[in-house]
Amino acid sequence: MPAKVITVTSGKGGVGKTTATANIGAAMAANGHKVVCIDADIGLRNLDVVLGLENRIVYDLVDVVEGRCRLRQAMIRDKRLPELYLIPAAQTRDKSAVSPSDMVRLCNDLREEHDYILIDSPAGIERGFRNALAPADIVVVITNPEISAVRDADRIIGLVESEEKGPARLVLNRIKPAMVKRGEMLSTEDVLELLAVELLGLVPDDEVVVVSTNRGLPIALDGKSKAGQAFRNIARRLNGEQVAFMSLDDNGSFLGRLKGLFSPGGN
Amino acid sequence: MTVKVQIKGIREGLLVTVGDGEWEQVHQTLLVQLDEQGVFLHGARLALDVGNHALKAAELGKLRSDISQHEMTLWAVLSNSPITEQTAQTLGLATRIGKPQPEYPAARAETLLHTGEDAILVQRTLRSGISLNHAGHVVVLGDVNPGAEVIASGNILVWGRLRGMAHAGAEGNELAIVCALDLSPTQLRIAGHIAMTPQRRGKPQPEMARLDSGQVVAENWDPKKSR
Repeated sequence: MPAKVITVTSGKGGVGKTTATANIGAAMAANGHKVVCIDADIGLRNLDVVLGLENRIVYDLVDVVEGRCRLRQAMIRDKRLPELYLIPAAQTRDKSAVSPSDMVRLCNDLREEHDYILIDSPAGIERGFRNALAPADIVVVITNPEISAVRDADRIIGLVESEEKGPARLVLNRIKPAMVKRGEMLSTEDVLELLAVELLGLVPDDEVVVVSTNRGLPIALDGKSKAGQAFRNIARRLNGEQVAFMSLDDNGSFLGRLKGLFSPGGN
Repeated sequence: MTVKVQIKGIREGLLVTVGDGEWEQVHQTLLVQLDEQGVFLHGARLALDVGNHALKAAELGKLRSDISQHEMTLWAVLSNSPITEQTAQTLGLATRIGKPQPEYPAARAETLLHTGEDAILVQRTLRSGISLNHAGHVVVLGDVNPGAEVIASGNILVWGRLRGMAHAGAEGNELAIVCALDLSPTQLRIAGHIAMTPQRRGKPQPEMARLDSGQVVAENWDPKKSR
């Protein structure tokens, strides 16, 4: 089956696109899928760092597009997961080095031999975003429960619709259940009411995520972390499985765990 | 030899077409024609199609003053001759009549309001970054999200949540209204007046905003009140 191209985007910067891409990719590969992650953030590459593959870069996306190397040469295999590959972005060039049609061609070359192609989009709505969106079959919009991030997500969802790549699916990242409970943070319902799109995942705020990205070890491979579990669930939902949303409330974790025992593999 | 002069009504006034021949003769024939129909043509705006005649400023200027003595106005001269076109432009006359005359925007909005014509129905949610501009009324069947804007010369009706910016009566119509099932725009403008929505308390209700002595006021929609 030819691969599905999943573009991870957000509009606003710093909401967790790269972390989400790395973790969803790692979770998919851990489930036995063949995955390629492409960093489309040319000039500000990060995905290689989060995956811990920075020191292995020889060729990058721009080298492939400009014909300086073969596609295989730019694909870096992950150190733990043999089915996870990364095509890093160039750091010394900018977004204009690649065109949307280059991205479509590149993904078409990758489709035959893989199950999923994940594209980490840069922030913004300009050329880099257009590059990342052009080959997409599925668009995942990441946002935080903050008004500014939700505004930008709304804009992005509109742009995705107008490019006929919709409907986008939403991941709400960095939820602080205690703050939501006190009414100090937008709740999932508040966000969904405004954006009116399908919810793909809820990821709680977790300090361990910072540690794991610094170390280059995706948290999705950490069995204990709730955020890791959330990313594993997102990967399974993207694979077409029905996975119940886990309870983010600390008090509800016992119930959540009980529910996890009965729903297949979920938590 | 008689010179042909034809007069017919067009949207921009009257179009006078003259045939070939000695210009002096054409000039006289035209004046005779205008004389004969003077009563009907009184105060008319004339556009003159001179065909292939190449006219100098003196000739065209004399014709214009003769026409104005008949209490008519010459405003355009059409010609195949570039010399005539240039002469006409020097005298400040138009050389094209194809374009419709610009209408006055304020008057236009009023007409729209009264006839109830020219409204558009937008059957989708307007997300951030979308700007909807329309000379007329706008009906949105969906939400208007923050960061989106609707600008209409007439009224704006939102069958949904209005949270973006809405500007009704954008061409100066102070009778324009904005209504929505949940009227919580980031900013509301009617004609030249701007208002911000106060923080809402309680459940949203259908509301209608309009101008009341220079202030934008919103009130709950009352089915008993007839409009």
